[in-house]
Amino acid sequence: MADREIDELTGTPTTGHTWDGIKELDTPMPRWWLWTFYATILFALVYVILYPAIPLVSRATNGVLGWSSRDAVRTEIATAQAAQTAYRDQIANASMDQIIANPELLQFATRAGRSAFLVNCVQCHGSGAQGSVGYPNLQDDDWLWGGSPEQIRTTIAHGIRSEDPATHMSVMPAFGHDGILKQDQIVNVSAYVMTLSGLTPRFGVTSEGATVFADNCASCHGVDGGGKQDVGAPSLKDAIWLRSPDQNAIIAQINNPKMGVMPAWEPRLGPVAVKELAAYVYSLGGGTATAASQ
Amino acid sequence: MKFGMQAIIVGFFAFLALLGAGFAADAAFRAHAYVLFLLLATGTIFLLKAEVGEGRTVSIFGASDDGPYDDGVIRAGVIATAFWGVVGFLVGVVVAAQLAFPHLNFEPWLNFGRVRPLHTSAVIFAFGGNALIATSFYVVQRTSRARLFGGSLAWWVFWGYQIFIALAATGYLLGITEGREYAEPEWYVDLFLTVVWVAYLVVYLGTILKRNEPHIYVANWFYLAFIVTVALLHVVNNLSVPVSFLGAKSYSVFSGVQDALTQWWYGHNAVGFFLTAGFLGMMYYFVPKQANRPVYSYRLSIIHFWSLIFLYIWAGPHHLHYTALPDWAQTLGMVFSIMLWMPSWGGMINGLMTLSGAWDKLRTDPVIRMMILAVAFYGMSTFEGPMMSIKTVNSLSHYTDWTIGHVHSGALGWNGMITFGALYYLFPRLWNRDGLYSLRLVSWHFWLATIGIVIYAASMWVSGITQGLMWREFDAQGYLVYSFAETVAALHPYYLMRLVGGLLYLSGALVMAYNLAQTVRGAKSVPTAAGVVAAE
Repeated sequence: MADREIDELTGTPTTGHTWDGIKELDTPMPRWWLWTFYATILFALVYVILYPAIPLVSRATNGVLGWSSRDAVRTEIATAQAAQTAYRDQIANASMDQIIANPELLQFATRAGRSAFLVNCVQCHGSGAQGSVGYPNLQDDDWLWGGSPEQIRTTIAHGIRSEDPATHMSVMPAFGHDGILKQDQIVNVSAYVMTLSGLTPRFGVTSEGATVFADNCASCHGVDGGGKQDVGAPSLKDAIWLRSPDQNAIIAQINNPKMGVMPAWEPRLGPVAVKELAAYVYSLGGGTATAASQ
Repeated sequence: MKFGMQAIIVGFFAFLALLGAGFAADAAFRAHAYVLFLLLATGTIFLLKAEVGEGRTVSIFGASDDGPYDDGVIRAGVIATAFWGVVGFLVGVVVAAQLAFPHLNFEPWLNFGRVRPLHTSAVIFAFGGNALIATSFYVVQRTSRARLFGGSLAWWVFWGYQIFIALAATGYLLGITEGREYAEPEWYVDLFLTVVWVAYLVVYLGTILKRNEPHIYVANWFYLAFIVTVALLHVVNNLSVPVSFLGAKSYSVFSGVQDALTQWWYGHNAVGFFLTAGFLGMMYYFVPKQANRPVYSYRLSIIHFWSLIFLYIWAGPHHLHYTALPDWAQTLGMVFSIMLWMPSWGGMINGLMTLSGAWDKLRTDPVIRMMILAVAFYGMSTFEGPMMSIKTVNSLSHYTDWTIGHVHSGALGWNGMITFGALYYLFPRLWNRDGLYSLRLVSWHFWLATIGIVIYAASMWVSGITQGLMWREFDAQGYLVYSFAETVAALHPYYLMRLVGGLLYLSGALVMAYNLAQTVRGAKSVPTAAGVVAAE
């Protein structure tokens, strides 16, 4: 410590210690550093007085402002809900057709529906409602269970093959798996089904398939293959395929069908949100004007 | 007879590992025990060969320890540092690619959930940990003028630590995890690390106690704070009850929000004491040595050391803002983080200002340039950290890529660059070479790494803020505007940029590995006309 050597380049004395050639200057702490440090400590003290901070035996100090994060979020949610209450009350009491007829209400409902759709529906139907294999596209006018606003609402509210007592329920028999049809019959009917939408089958006898179709399929899919919305049987005449237009895929479906499932949303989201969702899905453009189309 | 005893001990543990595999209660533990057995059996064979072979393998790390200090274990340590660095950065590039291209997730061993902890542990504990152990052994001997305490204990620490790394890494890929961030290894690996860490403390503290200098140098304060606190953090956070003593699974003794707080008390102080205090120890030795200048301010070093270690330990709750954690704990986490700003910057000032009177070295010496850039990044991220701890800022930044950008400007910029600087300092000295193979390659490394970090951090800032703003975007009717999938899609370009940044950083590390290997070989690059400036 004795020899207070002066560093030539800076003119600052060293502390006199040396470790492996390293010396230390005795530079005072930078003032701006020290004062900023004090300022942060002061800020901390003030903040601790204003907000909940010091844990006591069974609870903590509340702070002079009496602020709490739970109260803050409660207030924020209440404010947001209050702003929406007027519309939500109207939606609760309106039928789907009344909502559609009221432009202001419709705008609110579709915005709300879109928000709920983005959280709850995109996982299966896609963020653009374009669907994917096995999950219907909601942008087109090809509806499994009907495309009027009220039909869409019913489908969303009760789901498809869900646990809801009022759910849409229908079962396509496993024609191959349960031995109802023979393999050559299934191949033939798959060929016939392809011709309905103008596709060319790779194998199978179309004329014999037509007979099989009339005996086994027409009751649900319609004599002309146009589908029936009250049993959720898809139209086989159009170019829209829920799964695949490949003949092997069609055969597999007839053999042992895969049938889509959708949860009942009303128990989860409530009747208002379901109406809002229905308004949004309807607004995508594929909805039909009235329920008369079936 | 040099390695007979060691061979017997390691062989005995290999046998125990085999028994563990035989009696394992679950498949994961069995697989892990086989991994351990293979490692230890290989180790036994090498030790036996060394025993028979006249100590030939002893010299694989260069000159033996006839000098005043134990340097063999440090040579092994710096090689391990460079090796694990390259591995860790490579795995980082892989996870970045998986985020940009989800098809690169290969189930089950190489999905993101398993590879991500492999990356974080490889860079923090394998690269950073080896760097800290090796440099602390180097620094403590020189600044204490004493050989390492405990004879070959330092070697047990080194190899024990490598086995810990291997067990942790293989465990992640096998799906063995406690699910605690930065503390993923299961209970038996935790226990093993505790033993290794206590041995490390014994070697380090023993060396300080038998020092031939009157005072303890500031670097050693920081290293000691790092070793002691990490021991405490590790033990408390990993308190858990195994389902079976021969099974992989255990359950934490904490639950609910207490568990979360314990985890982030650990997690934040892993940053504070592993990545800050430990690396400040490194900075306090290698910056003055490389610059050949005295440390700027002794008084600042005292005040910022004590304020840093006192304040850091309370800042963890800022990781749990707006959660079930009580408000008072969130408040304390925030104010302690804000008070931490200046204590952190004390280290930056002491690092940068050590160059006062010698700023020209930034132009002439790429190694000092690397170290100073590290200190600059340290300053930047220790400003960013307190800022992000402010609750209103945190409500935007939390859970977004901003946090990822923040850690990486600290990890790549500060921890990475200061370690590279220390490696460039150490390699020529540990192998008695005149200098590095090529300073030009150091410059290449500097620029590759710097550009890589800038691209990485900038893309993550933009990505994080975009993400945060999209999550909270409401329309006039009060409804959320974006779905989560839409926010993910919006981030894709930034994920690509991040990948590019990571690749640049990795390629810089490969350049370094080549340069260091050539230095060990004793090669000397031919100076070209393009203005290579000699070091010193």
